[in-house]
Amino acid sequence: MIATQKQYYFSGISIYSVRFSFWLQSLFILLLALAMFGPIVNLLIWTVTESWYFPNSLPSQWGFKYWLQVFNPYSDVSGSLLTSLLIAILTVVVCLLVSVPAGYALSKNSMPFRVFWMLLFLIPQAFPNLTVYMNIARLFYDFGLNGTLLGVVLVHSVHGLMFSIWISVAAFSSTDPMLERASRNLGAGPIYTFFHIVLPQAAPGLVASCIFVFLESLDEFTGTFFVGSPNINTLPLLLYTASMEGNYQIASITALILLVPSILFMVIIHKFMKPEMLSKLGK
Amino acid sequence: MRQMQSHNLWLVAPAALMVGIFFLYPLCFSLYSAVTLDGGGFTLTHLYKAFDLYSKDMLFTIFIVFVSVSILASLSVTIAALITLSPFRSLVGLLAFLYRLPLFIPFIVTAQMMRTFLAKNGLMNNAFIESGLLTPMETISFLGWGGIIITFVWKQMAFSTLLISGAMAALDDSQIQAARNLGASRFRVLVQIILPQITASIGIAMVLSTVTIMSVLSVPLMIGTGTPTMMTADMAFRVNSYGDYHVANALGLVSYCICGGLAYFYLRQNLKDKGAIS
Repeated sequence: MIATQKQYYFSGISIYSVRFSFWLQSLFILLLALAMFGPIVNLLIWTVTESWYFPNSLPSQWGFKYWLQVFNPYSDVSGSLLTSLLIAILTVVVCLLVSVPAGYALSKNSMPFRVFWMLLFLIPQAFPNLTVYMNIARLFYDFGLNGTLLGVVLVHSVHGLMFSIWISVAAFSSTDPMLERASRNLGAGPIYTFFHIVLPQAAPGLVASCIFVFLESLDEFTGTFFVGSPNINTLPLLLYTASMEGNYQIASITALILLVPSILFMVIIHKFMKPEMLSKLGK
Repeated sequence: MRQMQSHNLWLVAPAALMVGIFFLYPLCFSLYSAVTLDGGGFTLTHLYKAFDLYSKDMLFTIFIVFVSVSILASLSVTIAALITLSPFRSLVGLLAFLYRLPLFIPFIVTAQMMRTFLAKNGLMNNAFIESGLLTPMETISFLGWGGIIITFVWKQMAFSTLLISGAMAALDDSQIQAARNLGASRFRVLVQIILPQITASIGIAMVLSTVTIMSVLSVPLMIGTGTPTMMTADMAFRVNSYGDYHVANALGLVSYCICGGLAYFYLRQNLKDKGAIS
């Protein structure tokens, strides 16, 4: 890259045009920053607002009144938070149970119809899923699964399956097949070899897939809206109801609670989320 | 060897069954329900009714998808190109951080942010008033089609830019160097060297964004103003208020058709890429 830079300065273009394009790019980044941070700042302001009416540019009264309301043990928010966390954890468990064997099998090139299976798990992301949720809700109604925890977990799991399987295939593909063979040659059984040799090598990738599934489940709205309501009240549903009732403070605080794990995990897996890595996914 | 292969099939079976029962079956059922009567016979009445009642909303949905995807494509390519070609490395670092910001912010949170940010007395209009660009009486609410587009672009940009800049990073650097050495400007390198090689990635990013826009229910419900609205909101309304699954599924069929052409491209491209590797 340094070579490019030098070359730029020596290529006969006047220093003014370099300066001009620097300021132009800076301006673009500034506008982008305003567009990115504007809505976030607005959300943060709403969480500490007590009253904000037209034509005041900023809230006329600031305070933490609504935080006390939200974190009151009798409020809906703490209950919804627990439900959301429980559903997300169960979804991660279901996805892991199903996608670890599938990911291991699909990481072998000897797997028959490998491309077909990989595409099958892509389908839930390639179709608009609202219609499907609608019909799942109707199906679940016949089986008494509507409005139950199990129903919501199943819906979230199918949605998260694409992430968990594709990432686990990548994780298992990066393990060293020689170690596996050595272990078998030394007399270890296939199950012992899998748990002691293969799984530890794939663990970091599997953790990344769990994080994805967890976030997807925590933030899922449409599926829960059809399958879970009115009995299962997750945080996104609560946020929606509060917002539609015009209760912006409660909605904003709930939104902030939903943001915390997202930002936390983004910092953790920042290393994995390089664009170069993404282009290798699924190979 | 044959025995091992059948073992492998058993390992994939639970996951495949889950997708089959909880995705493919409802998907087929929705197609079936859209074109059959309660008793069983084939009919087109549900489709007629859907077009009769919601043709305006279908056009509205197509308009929203088209405008959002066009803005997304141009913004994402601009940002990715700046990251790949800009000589100012400090700016590039800042830009890479900025565009990734909404990646993990959920749609519902984005919708709530925009609902307050874009409103008539939201922070955006207030900032314009404070800076003297507008008077309080001139402000307009962006809730409606404008807000829906802004919300989708704001949220989807991170993902599509990530895909496109990933494709740009995977290109052979020596080609860009060679073109630069031969005197091509950075803009010409972008248009003639980089873009022709990454059209497939741009296509995939746009198809995935289209599918996302056609699936998200919270944004039209929270940012939209009622009529016209997006087809997702109509489907939810049809089911929740009338229990009318036939017309809702007919609307679903139309939304599949809109995505279908694009999804075909996406799957074919994927098949081609994978086929070349395995």
